[in-house]
Formats: sequence, structure tokens, C-alpha cells
Amino acid sequence: MTELVPLPVVLPLFGAGVTLMLAHRPAAQRVVSTATLSAVVGISAVLMVQVDRSGPQVLWVGAWPEPLGISLVADRLSALLVLVSAIVSLAVLVFSIGQGMTDDDQDTPLTIYHPTFLVLVAGVSNAFLAGDLFNLFVSFEILLFASYVLLTLGGTGARIRAGTIYVVVNMLSSALFLIALAAVYAATGSLNLAQLSERLAQLPGSVALMIHLLLLTVFAIKAAVFPLSFWLPDSYPTAPAPVTAVFAGLLTKVGVYAIIRTQTLLFPDRPLSGLLLCAALATMVIGILGAVAQSDIKRMLSFTLVSHIGYMIFGVGLATTAGYTGAIFYVVHHITIQTALFLVLGLVEYRAGSTSLIRLGGLARVAPLLGILFFVPAMNLSGIPPMSGFLGKVALAEAGLRVGTPLAYALVAGSMATSLLTLYALAKAWNLAFWRTPAEAHDTARTLSDPHGTVVRHGRHLHVHGSVFETRDVEEARRVVDEDEESDLDLQQLMDADALPRRMPATMVGATAGLIGVSLALTIVAGPLFGYAERAASDLRDPGDYISAVLPGGSR
Amino acid sequence: MTANAALILTSAAVIGCAVYLILERSLTRVLVGLVLLSNGVNILFLVAGGRRGRAPILGSDQGGRVSDPLPQALVLTAIVIGLGTTAFLLAMAHRSWQLTGHDDVQDDAEDAAVRRLAAEDEASDSFDLALGAAPDEVPEEEGRST
Repeated sequence: MTELVPLPVVLPLFGAGVTLMLAHRPAAQRVVSTATLSAVVGISAVLMVQVDRSGPQVLWVGAWPEPLGISLVADRLSALLVLVSAIVSLAVLVFSIGQGMTDDDQDTPLTIYHPTFLVLVAGVSNAFLAGDLFNLFVSFEILLFASYVLLTLGGTGARIRAGTIYVVVNMLSSALFLIALAAVYAATGSLNLAQLSERLAQLPGSVALMIHLLLLTVFAIKAAVFPLSFWLPDSYPTAPAPVTAVFAGLLTKVGVYAIIRTQTLLFPDRPLSGLLLCAALATMVIGILGAVAQSDIKRMLSFTLVSHIGYMIFGVGLATTAGYTGAIFYVVHHITIQTALFLVLGLVEYRAGSTSLIRLGGLARVAPLLGILFFVPAMNLSGIPPMSGFLGKVALAEAGLRVGTPLAYALVAGSMATSLLTLYALAKAWNLAFWRTPAEAHDTARTLSDPHGTVVRHGRHLHVHGSVFETRDVEEARRVVDEDEESDLDLQQLMDADALPRRMPATMVGATAGLIGVSLALTIVAGPLFGYAERAASDLRDPGDYISAVLPGGSR
Repeated sequence: MTANAALILTSAAVIGCAVYLILERSLTRVLVGLVLLSNGVNILFLVAGGRRGRAPILGSDQGGRVSDPLPQALVLTAIVIGLGTTAFLLAMAHRSWQLTGHDDVQDDAEDAAVRRLAAEDEASDSFDLALGAAPDEVPEEEGRST
């Protein structure tokens, strides 16, 4: 029953071709892409159950003799991630359909949106299923290419500016990846992961270390681990809301997945724990400090995204079964929750015309439903019990304490502090955007946009009608006002002018609520899910099953 | 395995030039740098393929060494992907030129904010004064608009 393995890749690619042919029939496009992704969700669920029952499923594409061809491998980890990414992309697709049907946004040409989105999903699934390093490289390129197009949809000034950085950074990391591949092939004569697992162990230490560091650097750029995360907060927020949501949920996790594979399958004996743990600590703390300083919710969430990547690297860096279990659970939790939050921001932008904390205010009264939709995932992200964010963080902290080195203790402390600061950043957004009255926000925004206004300045803080703002926020507000092409009106003015839609389309709300429902369901099924993650983690710790499934005749 | 020194040196020179070009401000030069970089990396794959030999074509068995076909297949894939990305980046450079009249890589938004804040920051001046140096001059806003 290995026929199911390639379907999560092949079906979306096929769907992409069909939707491309249906370019002039948007209704048919919507049906095809929704049906395709629904089928992928179903198939990957079956695949996951099958893999859990009967071990890794391997398919040699094109029926080449064993070590020669390209292999697709579904083990517990990849089957789980394929399923989660399919669910998340289906929700995002439904959301974007809702958005596209209601506003005729000239910035997003819908004819290419559906094919590109499906290619992106195919690339992500292929990356999770790839059984050799070169196939992993190709799937990175597939998903990156789709992401270049999605990020620069419409080619507006801001998107071209952000897209340039994104494309150049990713081309550089692809070149580094190719260098790593050449080095691996020169040293071992193979690129198959299962074969490499045996051959890399026989290399001299210095050669193996160089290859290891090269691969980690490449994947850390994709995953946005701290010193290599600079590109992310600048490029993600400018894209259309559903695109940012799917990028935030999936693309960085592909990098995390590749790091997990590198650490467990390629270099199980040399985990470089110290390096990874230090990077994880820096990612968590510096990322969240960046988030606290932001005054636009989209940018703030991009920084929390970077910061929470640190949690996963923390689990991977511990290199224990408990650590991997926590990391796998956290990846699943974070994919759903980060995507859900960005979808909610899409709704905020739709309903209130902006995501800037300077201009938003009183949303709790204007749109109470939006308040609930924001509050639940926000609390989940910052780890309030009993939600899945809390469970993931507890699992990681427990794994860290069990390792018990000073560095592990430092990471546990860092993760707690990061969790608190996440709560602070999200609570700030919650208070300003939802609990001020629109009139207060209006006064503030007007005072801020008037440089000679009645602003009382005390050192680094500004006092405007009782609210205290950091000077930095004001600067940034001016910058945002200068830079964005959106209108300069705040919520009050927009409401007075009746320029805002009064209701949110049911499809958008439904997709968002559905995804939040999934994230809450993660709490309910946390027991079985942890069991599954633990089995996946022990598979990772002992890759014997994986290797013998890929190469039943033994490695040659 | 034996490596070919000429190929390694060529590749090093090409990648060195590429890095220099990528650090330039103009997107067109960055693009040329990236093309050079991918070519330099492709040469590395030839190094990884080992010593030279006959073309690895099935059925033309004349004895002697056959060169390893796999790195060549990998290079072909990499060349195709490189072509696609180059075309996309060219289109972006063109669009950037349409929008702004130049194709310079624009300032990072965060970077610009930090620089603007630094220009106004009293704390850094007092730090300079404490060291007995003159306060920093406020840097002029650069000519291009960000």
C-alpha cells in the first residue's frame, strides 16, 4: 500500500495544472483547488494511520533499482506534518476564497493565485516526504518559487521591496545548500538519506563537522533561527493576509523539519547540542524583544514567529527522546496557531482597515466576534493553561529539566521569560486594539500624525490623553503612515465615512474559526497526540526501522 | 577520491567575484553575482564527480573509465532552477525600476527606523560627551526616499 505516499505531492501539482487551464473560470478554479486540498487532507490522514500501524512507507519513484532512484519516505514524523500542513492550507485556501469573492482587490490577480498556492502545498508535502537530500533541495525550490510569486502578488512597491530581500536571501541559501550537496556527494558518493546515515558516520570528524555546519546553516536560514532570521519580519507582513498566514505556518516549519532530520538521521552521534541550544535561546529572547517593540500587529506576530521557532530548536538541541517529543508537539501546535492568528489579522484588516495599533481601537464593541477570535489563539500562543501552547511548553521544560545541564536550565528559564513576554506583547495589542474606544484611538492617531500637536513628551515616553506611548512607537507610526499605500484614516474616521464593510464574510470567519477549533482540539487530543509524537521521536532516535524500510537489502 | 585543482581554483575565483557583486547596492549587479555564484557552485559538482572519463552513455561500452553521471544530472537540475530564479529576479528588478526609477536594493524598513532613531537619540550624544568626544553629527537623510 505505498501508492498513497506520492499522492500529497502529485494531487496538488495536478490540481495546479487544472486550475491554470481554468484561468478564466474563477468559480471552477475554486471548486478544483478546494476539492484537491480536501482530498489531500483525507489521504494524508489515512497515510498517517497506516504509517503508525505498519511502519515507514517507501516508494521508489519510477521503479529504479533501489539505491539509484528517488525515494519518497513517509515515517511517523513526515506523515503527521503532511497531515497538519494539508489541514492548515485547506483552511487558508477557504479563507482566501472568501476574501477574493467579497472584495475586488486589484492587488491580487486571482487567476494565478490558485495554481501557485497548490504548487506551494505540493512543495511543502514533497519536502516532508523527500527521501534524499537532492529531492529535499528540489522541493525547497518548488515551495520557494511559489512563495516568490505569492509574496509579490500584484507587484506593489512595498511587496517588491520586501520580495527583493526575500528572493535574494533564499537564492543565497539555495546556493549554500548546493555547495553542501556537492560536499556530501564528494565525501560519501550518495545523497540518499538512509545511505548517508550509515556513510556519514564513517567520515573523519572534521569533514563531517563541516558538512553538518553547512546543512544546519542552510536549514537555519529557512527556519529563521536567530542570527539568520533578519529577513523574516521584514518580508512576511507586506504580503496579502492569507499568504502571510500560510507562510508563517508552513515555510519555517519545513526548515525545522529539515533540522530534525539532519540531527537524527544524518548525524545522530554528533548532535552539536551546545550550538543549537545557544541559537535557540538567542532566537527566543531576541525574537520576543523585537515583538514587544512593534506597533503593528502583523509585524509583532512575525517577530513572535521567529521567537517561537526557538522553542522547537530547544527541543531538537536537547537530543533526547523527550526533547524531540516536545519539539514535534510544538511544531504541530505552532503551525495551527500561528496560521490562525494571521488569519484573524486578515479579518481585522478587512473589518477595520488596518492592523496598526496606533489606528485601531474599540474593536471589542465594533466586532465582538473578532475579539473572541483574536483572544483564544492569542492566549494559546502565549501558553495559558489548559491550551496546547501550555502543554507544549511544559513538555519542553520538562525535557530540559531532565537533561539538567546549566545550559538546559538557562533555556528553560529563557522559554518561561519568552512565554511571559509573548503574553505581554499580545495583551498590549489586545488592550489597544480592542478595549480603547475608537474616539480615543482617533485622538491619539491625530495627535501623533500632527508633529506640533499637544503631545507631552517625558523623555522616552509620550503622554497622549492618558495613554503612554514609547517615542519609538510614534516614530514607527510615522514611518508606517509614510510608507504604506493604504489610506491615512484611523478607525473612527473610516467608520464615520462608512468606508468599512459592516459584516465579515461567513467563509472567512468560518475558515478562521475552523482553524481555531483545530488548535483547541489539539488540547483535547493532546494525550493520543503526545503518544504519537513520542513514538515518532523514538523512531527518530533509533533510525534502524527507517533505514531498513528504505534499503531492505542493506546499504551497498 | 582525487580532486581537480584547476576546477577548484576556478570555482573559488568565480564564487569570490560573485560575493563581491552580491554585496553591491544595485539589483542588476546582485543578479549577475547570483548567476556567477550558481555557476561557481555547479563547477563544484564537477569536482564532486571525481576524475574525468568517457561519456556515460548506455551501450557505447568501449572499456576504460566512465565518468560519474549523477553529478551532471544534479547540475542540469540546478541550471534549470537557476534559469527560473534569474528570470524572476530580472522581472523584479524591472518592476522596481518601473516603480522607483532605479533598481537599488531599498533600505530595510527596520534599519531605516533604527537609523532615524539613532539620529535623534540624546543618549548616544551624552555617551560621546562622557568620553570627551564631540557629539555625533546628525547624519543627513540619504538622497533616495525609502
